[in-house]
Amino acid sequence: MAKITWKMEDGSEISADVKDGLNLMEAATANNVPHIEGECGGCLSCATCHVFVDPEWYARTGDVDEIEDTMLEMTDVERADNSRLSCQIIASAELDGLVLYVPEPD
Amino acid sequence: MPAPVVIVGAGQAAASFISRHVALGNATPLLLIGNEPHPPYQRPPLSKKYLLGQLERERLFIRPLEWYVAQGVATRFNTRVVEIRRADKQVVSADGDVIDYDKLILCTGSRPRKLPAEAGGNLPGVYTLRDIGDIDMMSTEFQAGRRLLIVGGGYIGLEAAAVGRQLGLEVTLLEMADRILQRVAADATSSYFRKLHSDHGVDIRESARMLRLLEKDGRVCGAEMESGEVIAADLVLVGIGASPNVELATAAGLDCDNGICVNEICQTEDANIFAAGDCSNFTRDGRHIRLESVQNAADQGDLIARVLAGEDVTYTALPWFWSDQYDCKLQIVGLNLGHDQTVVRHGASESSMSVWYYRGERLLAVDAMNDPRAYAFGSKMIEAGKNPTQQQVADPATDLKALATA
Repeated sequence: MAKITWKMEDGSEISADVKDGLNLMEAATANNVPHIEGECGGCLSCATCHVFVDPEWYARTGDVDEIEDTMLEMTDVERADNSRLSCQIIASAELDGLVLYVPEPD
Repeated sequence: MPAPVVIVGAGQAAASFISRHVALGNATPLLLIGNEPHPPYQRPPLSKKYLLGQLERERLFIRPLEWYVAQGVATRFNTRVVEIRRADKQVVSADGDVIDYDKLILCTGSRPRKLPAEAGGNLPGVYTLRDIGDIDMMSTEFQAGRRLLIVGGGYIGLEAAAVGRQLGLEVTLLEMADRILQRVAADATSSYFRKLHSDHGVDIRESARMLRLLEKDGRVCGAEMESGEVIAADLVLVGIGASPNVELATAAGLDCDNGICVNEICQTEDANIFAAGDCSNFTRDGRHIRLESVQNAADQGDLIARVLAGEDVTYTALPWFWSDQYDCKLQIVGLNLGHDQTVVRHGASESSMSVWYYRGERLLAVDAMNDPRAYAFGSKMIEAGKNPTQQQVADPATDLKALATA
């Protein structure tokens, strides 16, 4: 179990306890986090689950593989050094307390 | 209480419509009616991870059931709508309930074509693939060593062939046309997947003329070919395309032609009725088309929610599609309809390749096999109306990112 917090641009936030093994795109849609769509179901084809990871946490969210790195080129809001596709971050106790920032397309 | 927006059909289009409607804060109540027992779920994994047994059912659900409750969305599952009464703005369910609607969103989807009964299409052991229920029935039959015969070399057939091989079945695939994927892709893409499947031990037969499926002891046991050959099988999957579910709309007098005809805002000729997803037929580049994809269902559902909220939008979304087979990820962007030339680009590894479709100088679409860069930057170019020359694309030294962002 991991407590995950999504912070929106308007300052609002949503927190949820996420079961180990679920990816954080699934967790976001289940908890009604806005702007996280996950159309492709987490198979790295749509880039609609883009988040910015709190820099303190970034390294702990795992490695970005080549496909994810390329798909990050397709996000609505331009990627940054701490960008991830949240479908590729898997919940575990190690991520308890993780904070994600949700980009808002214009 | 005002009449709700009623959504008929609980698939990807419905889920996307509802998500956007809720996100936009539209106060009009919603009622979702679906004929399956489940909330809207993802269909693509059915022929991949779910059939492989690598994904639990609940993880197919686009949103958990509680989400609909929490958002105040009324749901009626296991419920079939049998009639639309346009003059009264009502739908009628199979159990006789009459339900008022303010607006009606038809997300009725499509259903797999079957082989005719006289060709053995209804024999026990013969399956089609569309619903969770289909997979739950057939998955117990996917046992190592059994012989799986697949009729049809489209994406469903190829994905099922990959799952069959991964689970240790013997797989034969029959394609009537002279190549697999003939209806949807260029020669080079067909060749790529033919080799991929042959390398994994699938017996692919193209230009295959099957007469009928054969029965023994009340169950399918194989197929008889025109040549007289009999191909033995323990189970058969028929993947020969799908037909849009238009019966409700047709009976209500709505214009239907290979789908429910809609305008640029997914509205039928009745201003109170919209259609989205596999069942809708819309116009793109002067052609009437119908797409069976998550992208189309999701984007059309999303668009209708925006239209109902008063946004001035039209359906122009760029189509995209994917398929996973063994360790190959296919990603497609654009529509290759009407292409007159194709260019092959070889990627960084041996298994990496892309096919670029052109009409004249205009780039229409890209099939990218294990080449996310071709997909990502091809998408950017098509979206921006950039048309790289065929020489640029064919040259593996060309930096696609530079071309796309120039």
